[in-house]
Amino acid sequence: MKSIPCGQMVKVLRLEGTGALRRRIMDMGITKGTTVCVRKVAPLGDPMEITVRGYELSLRKQEAENIIVE
Amino acid sequence: MPIKIALAGNPNSGKTTLFNSLTGSSQYVGNWPGVTVEKKEGRLKGFKDVIITDLPGIYSLSPYTLEEVVSRNYILEERPDAIINLVDASNIERNLYLTTQVLELGIPVIVALNMIDLVNRDGDRIDADALSRALGCRMVGISALKEEGTETLAEQAVALARSGERCEKPIVFSPRVEMALKPLADIASWHYPAERVRWYSVKLLERDQKLLEEGKLTGEELAAAEEASAALEREYDDDCESIIANERYNFITELVDSSVIRGRVGMSVSDRIDSILTNRFLALPVFAAIMGVVYYVSVSWLGAIGTNWTREVLFGAVLMPGATAFLNSVGAAGWLTGLIVDGILGGVGSVLSFVPQMMLLFFFLAFLEDCGYMSRVAFIMDRIFRKFGLSGKSFIPLLISSGCGVPGIMASRTIENEKDRRMTIIVTTFIPCGAKLPIIALIGGALFPGSAWVAPAMYFLGVAMVVFSGLILKKTRLFLGDPSPFVMEMPRYHLPGLKSLLTHVWERSRAFIVKAGTVIFVACTVIWFLSNFGVAGSGIGLVSQEGSFLAAFGGLIDVLFVPLGFGNWQATVATLTGLAAKENVVGTLGVLLGSAGAAEKTPELLHGIANLFTSVSALSFLAFNLLCAPCVAAMGAIRREMGSWKWTLIALGYQTGLAYAVALVINQLGSVLVLGRPFSPGTAVAFVILAAAVWLVVRPEPGKKGKRPGAPAERETAASR
Repeated sequence: MKSIPCGQMVKVLRLEGTGALRRRIMDMGITKGTTVCVRKVAPLGDPMEITVRGYELSLRKQEAENIIVE
Repeated sequence: MPIKIALAGNPNSGKTTLFNSLTGSSQYVGNWPGVTVEKKEGRLKGFKDVIITDLPGIYSLSPYTLEEVVSRNYILEERPDAIINLVDASNIERNLYLTTQVLELGIPVIVALNMIDLVNRDGDRIDADALSRALGCRMVGISALKEEGTETLAEQAVALARSGERCEKPIVFSPRVEMALKPLADIASWHYPAERVRWYSVKLLERDQKLLEEGKLTGEELAAAEEASAALEREYDDDCESIIANERYNFITELVDSSVIRGRVGMSVSDRIDSILTNRFLALPVFAAIMGVVYYVSVSWLGAIGTNWTREVLFGAVLMPGATAFLNSVGAAGWLTGLIVDGILGGVGSVLSFVPQMMLLFFFLAFLEDCGYMSRVAFIMDRIFRKFGLSGKSFIPLLISSGCGVPGIMASRTIENEKDRRMTIIVTTFIPCGAKLPIIALIGGALFPGSAWVAPAMYFLGVAMVVFSGLILKKTRLFLGDPSPFVMEMPRYHLPGLKSLLTHVWERSRAFIVKAGTVIFVACTVIWFLSNFGVAGSGIGLVSQEGSFLAAFGGLIDVLFVPLGFGNWQATVATLTGLAAKENVVGTLGVLLGSAGAAEKTPELLHGIANLFTSVSALSFLAFNLLCAPCVAAMGAIRREMGSWKWTLIALGYQTGLAYAVALVINQLGSVLVLGRPFSPGTAVAFVILAAAVWLVVRPEPGKKGKRPGAPAERETAASR
């Protein structure tokens, strides 16, 4: 998901990684089949902000790397 | 037996506001996820025998974060009679995810749909009856902020707790997962009461590490559970944790689709505000402008007017002359007048005069925190802070520390990652706080009259030490590891309630005033006594300062500060009293060098200080006092937030060690370069410290087999352990 440009809606295919971080991403509502919208990137290029399940979530690109999207 | 009701819900769902409204207490509320870390208890208003427990905000009941474990353990071990699950109705999908887990715990649950007024205003409609039927539990729409519906909620929750009526378990999972859960439920039913079997069987399927650590299950049972999990995983080609999370969310998506009608189209006001505040080009300038205005108003302009009035009019022109006149009129002894006017009023007054500045600063920071901007600040700053081994969230504690280190240290609790949190606590008091400003003003005014660079240089030194510490500490064994994740909710902007803001300002200011009234009061009294009394003839009596107890004590340990250039007893004692409260450094120098603390800039005091220091040793004295272990109030905060003596000592040891090294380098190199003194062994030590510092910064991050290098900063932390 790291490379998705701002304003684009994408569908989550699967999550990589393990343990606490992976669980955290799922607990926040990013699960298989969820539609997320990349809202913006912070002024210094990282982290990024997405809309998922009707709310705003920020995460670093490094963490977004674990989210595989269509 | 009183009835226990627990309050559970997502961070930022309004739990603390609801808690305050239900119990009538005044806990602090912020629009910043994670304001509550410990659980808090209060008595339900209108019911004598009902205790409400506010649990930390959580997104899930996973075993991974501190807050989640605290909440889980409370619910499983304390068995409250009912749970109020607070759901932010304007963010219903993610909030119901926790609900699906809470419903499995086997405790009566009532769901409170908070912020229902906002949802209705936006034109959305939530069919609470449909939700209630699907989830099998009662549901009440409320607005915690406006205290609407909270009474109904309280009554229903108490009735539910009294009846003990458990909800029907909703059908969340697919038939295939239910099939896998069946043998696990059989295993769990051997060890746990019937109502908790559901919870434990789901946790078994997920291979929950906290449950497995409990060690209640036999090897055979564990093997059977493992087999059930593995079979399901093969079929789904995914791990069980993900399967469960997916099915929970699938269930919620369906539920929300059928019971929530969305009326809003286009951007909300919150979105529009956000598009400016975190705009790619505008974000940093806007941030700098906001902070500039906050500091200008609270420190320079309005705050300074208030502070000057308190210092010069209230204390300088009314209280101190008034007290002198009164004491003289009742014929009090000269020493008593001296103690009360110069010692107590002078010392406490110089501290209390900061209250107007602090109150304004606290007000602005509370506003920014409460309206939702602080999360955006973390978002904007994260990239920079990550380079120093900190997170964007560390910025808030650092910023608050420029007002006072105590709330700054407490603000660090919003950082979930333990390493980041500890590191932030260690470095946060390097930023000069309000109480250190007078030290800078006094020394700067005495030795560098008219120069404007001293104060900015000291702030720069503080920031530089934060960066330096981040760079070197993240490579030490204590902090080595991957950076913590930054998966963080960005709350919607909202206008904070004035009552909540004022409560917050009052709470923090009161803590500050109480400190002035107790710690600083005692310190001023003791210093005055010790510096005016000593062994006189055969007994104890009034003596000149050189013969006082304080001089004798300072003389014993001032040798420690000889390498730093201020090895005289006055500076030594001032530094020590600064540990009680940093304002005391000024107060003590004031008392010792012939004028009271309130009249900070009398010529005799400045003259006295100019005689005590050289320009180089004055800077070294400043650096040491700004960087070394903070005042006792802040040390107490460090102890509370670290939660262990070991880490508290590491923090204080590191701070003092670093302060000593920096002051030594300033003094030794300054003596040679500025004062033109010859090279000495001390100069060599300064060079060694500089070289070690450079090496610590540039050395590669040690691998797993890395040896512990014996550099000064690390030896310091090792020794204090």
